[in-house]
Amino acid sequence: MGNLLRVENLSLIRDEKRILKRINLKIDKGEIHALLGINGVGKSSLAYCLMGLSGYKPSEGRIYFEGKDITNLPLSKRAKLGITLAWQEPTRFEGLTIREYLSLSRKDEDDSLDEILDKVALKSRLYLSREMNQDLSGGERKRIELASVYAMRPKLAILDEPDSGIDMLSLERIMDFILSLREKGASVLLITHREEVVEISDKASLMCEGEIVKSGDPRMVRDYFKTRCQRTCFEKDRIK
Amino acid sequence: MNDYEAILKAYELAGGDPSSLQFPQVGSLVVEEDKILSFNEVEGLVMEPERTQRGVKAKIVVKESCKIKNPVHLCFGVIPEEGTQEIIMEIILEDNSYVKLLAHCTFPNAVRVKHTMQAEIKIGKGAHLSYEEAHYHGPSGGIEVIPRAKVSISSGGRLTNSFSLIKGRVGVLDLDYDVQVEREGIAELIAKIYGRGEDRIKIVEKVSLNGENARSLIKSRIVVIDRAQSKVIGETYGNAPGARGHVDCMEIVEGKAKAQAIPKVSVAHSQAKVTHEAAIGRIDKRQLETLMARGLEESEAVDTVIKGILR
Repeated sequence: MGNLLRVENLSLIRDEKRILKRINLKIDKGEIHALLGINGVGKSSLAYCLMGLSGYKPSEGRIYFEGKDITNLPLSKRAKLGITLAWQEPTRFEGLTIREYLSLSRKDEDDSLDEILDKVALKSRLYLSREMNQDLSGGERKRIELASVYAMRPKLAILDEPDSGIDMLSLERIMDFILSLREKGASVLLITHREEVVEISDKASLMCEGEIVKSGDPRMVRDYFKTRCQRTCFEKDRIK
Repeated sequence: MNDYEAILKAYELAGGDPSSLQFPQVGSLVVEEDKILSFNEVEGLVMEPERTQRGVKAKIVVKESCKIKNPVHLCFGVIPEEGTQEIIMEIILEDNSYVKLLAHCTFPNAVRVKHTMQAEIKIGKGAHLSYEEAHYHGPSGGIEVIPRAKVSISSGGRLTNSFSLIKGRVGVLDLDYDVQVEREGIAELIAKIYGRGEDRIKIVEKVSLNGENARSLIKSRIVVIDRAQSKVIGETYGNAPGARGHVDCMEIVEGKAKAQAIPKVSVAHSQAKVTHEAAIGRIDKRQLETLMARGLEESEAVDTVIKGILR
């Protein structure tokens, strides 16, 4: 099976600091790939590089999507190819209703907004007319962000900490949501530091100080994370 | 096309519904330049419009305890390319009355038009005035609009005011409202304006919270693009115990446009509180990137954010 995403020797320098160091990563079609690591090791920066956000142009290396070099492709063009990103802290939109927000990204008119919101355990009658503003809690915005990713029917969904700030019960729903994304044909790059999420992953990679230090079977990577890297990274963090 | 048909067409351009002017149960006043084309009173609503040398003087009274069921439609316009219209309004809401005024000001062909409004508004005890004003100025920008209002809100009274100018060009807008609020009174002033080309926007909204527990909100949402300029001055004075006021100004600037926000807040009583927030600048990058990550082009993302802000 061909790689959907292939990252080769990707490095990123921001403010004269080397954030990503020669990252190599492959994600196949239909794969759920967990990207583990403690806070501040460069997971979100890698996500922004892959999505093509401004200020995250790689200093070296290439990104291939479905075999095509997208390293210099702008953000909206990458989205049109089927790549999307759910931010760790979704933004607010004054005056834009949830109905409009979801409709903007909805690719298939057959996907009802009721069904889309149901995927993130929200009731459409309570939410569709509400605005994406400060009246929504962080958790609600997060779910709506995920719903908009679902509505887009992406080929590659990059989910940046979809599980942060939510309880265990919601975590199960989030994992169900990720599986349903895959059922709809998406591959998922799942950025997390919650080890439980590894259970639904096909592969995992572990990041430490801007590098991928381990990649492969999710349980093996998780165990490595728990027993060696987590401790090492924390210790390094403490010494700093 | 006669004057009435022309103004109805223009009324529609400003967002009005011409059919609503036909119903006998709907109060209305239609003015083109200095001509009173029609007016209709309903029970509890008294209108006294009269022609002046350069416009119209109108007194509108809502009788005590009368709640006017249907919104009252006001249409002011100038159809020719050039002209002057001076509107002098006196609006009185007697105690415990209610009315919603939908004012549409339309100048679709303006090349050199001046429209001024001098309003004196008295809201009685426990009365509520909802005043929604929408403008349409046509594409040339050759218009000067100068609205002035002095408003007094008696105890327990309420003003809900919205001013919207988002279709066509602004031209020159120089708006100045002064609102005095007595005990338990509420004033909400919302302005939404989209300036383009060489448009010049100046808004001064001043609220004095003079009575105990009086409350107010001044909210401005301004977008300026091209070489347009805006200046927004939101003033709130907390002069009584329990008074609460908030000034919330957001100005989005694109291209070579310039924006200025000057919130002035002052408290003259230890138990009053007035807050303000102002944000000026380009559209938030994260908002644009979120929409672009869903497949929108940058220009579409900008339009979407602006549309939301001005809604």
